[in-house]
Amino acid sequence: MIRKTQELLDGAFKRIESAFNVAFGPHWNPWYQLGALSFYFFWIVCISGLYLYIFFDTSINGAYESVERLTVEQWYLGGVMRSLHRYASDAMVVTVTLHLVREFAKGRFRGPQAFSWISGVPLLWLLFAAGIGGYWLVWDQFGQYVAQITTEWLERLPVISDSLARTFLSNATLSDRLFSLLVFMHIAIPLFLLLGMFIHVNRLKLARTEPARGLAIGVVLAMIVLSLLKPAISMAPADMSIVPAEVPLDWFYMNFYPLLDRVDPLYVWLLLAGVTGVLVVLPWLSPSKQTAAAAAVVDPANCNGCTWCFQDCPYEAITIVPHSYKKGMRQALVDPDRCTACGICAGSCPSATPFRHVEELVSGIEIPGYPVDRLLDDAMAKVDTLGGEARVMVFGCDHALAIERIEREGVVALSLPCVGMLPPSFVDYIARQDKVDGVLVSGCCSGDCFYRKGNTWTEERFASQRMPHLRTSAGHDKVKVSWAGIFEGERLAADIEEFRSGLQRKNTAGATQAADETEAAQ
Amino acid sequence: MSSTDSVRWIGQAAAYGVFVLFVGYFSNSPGYQHLAPDQAMLKLSLRHSGQVLGECKQMSAEDLARLPPTMRAPLDCPRERSPLEIELEVNGETRLSERVEPRGLHSDGMASIYHRLNVPAGPTRLKVRMKDHVDQQEFPYAVEQEVELRPGQVLVIDFDSQEKRFEFL
Repeated sequence: MIRKTQELLDGAFKRIESAFNVAFGPHWNPWYQLGALSFYFFWIVCISGLYLYIFFDTSINGAYESVERLTVEQWYLGGVMRSLHRYASDAMVVTVTLHLVREFAKGRFRGPQAFSWISGVPLLWLLFAAGIGGYWLVWDQFGQYVAQITTEWLERLPVISDSLARTFLSNATLSDRLFSLLVFMHIAIPLFLLLGMFIHVNRLKLARTEPARGLAIGVVLAMIVLSLLKPAISMAPADMSIVPAEVPLDWFYMNFYPLLDRVDPLYVWLLLAGVTGVLVVLPWLSPSKQTAAAAAVVDPANCNGCTWCFQDCPYEAITIVPHSYKKGMRQALVDPDRCTACGICAGSCPSATPFRHVEELVSGIEIPGYPVDRLLDDAMAKVDTLGGEARVMVFGCDHALAIERIEREGVVALSLPCVGMLPPSFVDYIARQDKVDGVLVSGCCSGDCFYRKGNTWTEERFASQRMPHLRTSAGHDKVKVSWAGIFEGERLAADIEEFRSGLQRKNTAGATQAADETEAAQ
Repeated sequence: MSSTDSVRWIGQAAAYGVFVLFVGYFSNSPGYQHLAPDQAMLKLSLRHSGQVLGECKQMSAEDLARLPPTMRAPLDCPRERSPLEIELEVNGETRLSERVEPRGLHSDGMASIYHRLNVPAGPTRLKVRMKDHVDQQEFPYAVEQEVELRPGQVLVIDFDSQEKRFEFL
């Protein structure tokens, strides 16, 4: 049932993402950078919070007045900062929630990715603790309501002091020292959140923690517009002798508060603990079908310790260690627990080249499920079936468009676990075959590789920005890259036809030139 | 600007618009009716130590001799305290009747209770009483009072352990 839900959600996400690609393009598509957006909102909250802290009076009587002064007298900056502080923290809940659901839909919670999944769960608690605590500091009637309900809820736990709710019993029981403590907690909890976020992305190579610049500008402008149109304002000052009948609940953080009025708060603890528990054990409820045997293996005889695979592994599964038997040399070492068997390491290995004169092609590093020797055999078998004019060999990815569907006269396709496992030398080798006029490489939508970096590294290798470079005597115009999302089959087909037309024109021009030269020679 | 560019910009503006509307609205709307407009709130909250259960025992010279010199107190007093029994009546209706156990591993700490309830605003007859020893037949601490509660008012019922009496705050 978990996999079925996952597939349904994944389908829904892909449709939405495809629609957003039309408006934003793949590089600005917010759905591809929900984690980065969460980081971005966190920094907006921090910066606006620091500004507010400069003017904030940490006393029972001064807190409300200082926030009001900022909101009213300094509306153009202090007021905007206050609104940004609130709205960015709300937006962070939205992006974090969507990030969680999307990663679930993509199945990135099991196997080697379970670490990032599990380490993300406590961050939800810290995020909510930081957000809810912030409302107390305004110390208006809403802050009073939040303080009352939260302390009653906390007090339901046997380990919490029984005098917590009594602290907010009457105006006489409140003290300035309490506010200093609340401010301290409102700073300390986000710091722990930041530490948790660092751990959360620790196993990811070059984790994306910044959204694309265009998206970042758009988001902050949207937040500023919202802050100006609907500034965050306070209710009347807190007074423990009265209680407001209706409160402007922040539904992003306090969606479960109405439940606390209706049932024993202990049940709410049990509910939230249950949800947390399910999230934590999810990797075991629906374990990965990949076994440790699927992890990439290193062949010391073919590994020269170049570190390219180490630099390219998206999951930090590779380290470089002294060579097992070549003195003074180094070699790669794979941690099977971290390896997702994407094969990107094989795509970066300089020994994974079909130009080598060996009986059996063995790469310095490769995945047992799809060794480079098999890749060569499969590719050549496809090439053998090519016929017609403007013949194109297409390489695709198992996690993108079902590439076999585009096969037709003059077009053959081979799907790989990840297109990042395709060494550039293979592209060169195939492009040089007599039966091939061009090679087209496709895969996951640009900016959204299933294995994080497959299409990015491929693009950089082809553009000679990353090792190994694509060097081809066949000519770069015989190679084309076209990333396509799962609902972009028509665009990919059109790209292939355009590519073929160009190849056809080139072939015709070449044939005409050859005929002219023959005629001139005669 | 091409028509594709126009679609892109309009699409982006629409997406940002929907996002800020969503965030802006649910950030403080819809309002949550925490208390009916014609209701007031009562908070019964008190901390009080129940009486010690059992009597102090005079230690004999032999008993004292067996103890380390620093622990030779002439009286051996039990630590366990009695639970509290608390009742609250609002307009003649019992809204709370609870036995509150003392805190601590040896049940020697204070007993505390915090209970919040919403009641109709207007003239309200409140009756609170408490026992602090299990052997008490009657409620030694009690108060009965008519109060006028305004809508939205919070009335706290506390117990002053020094003065041994209930107080309305």
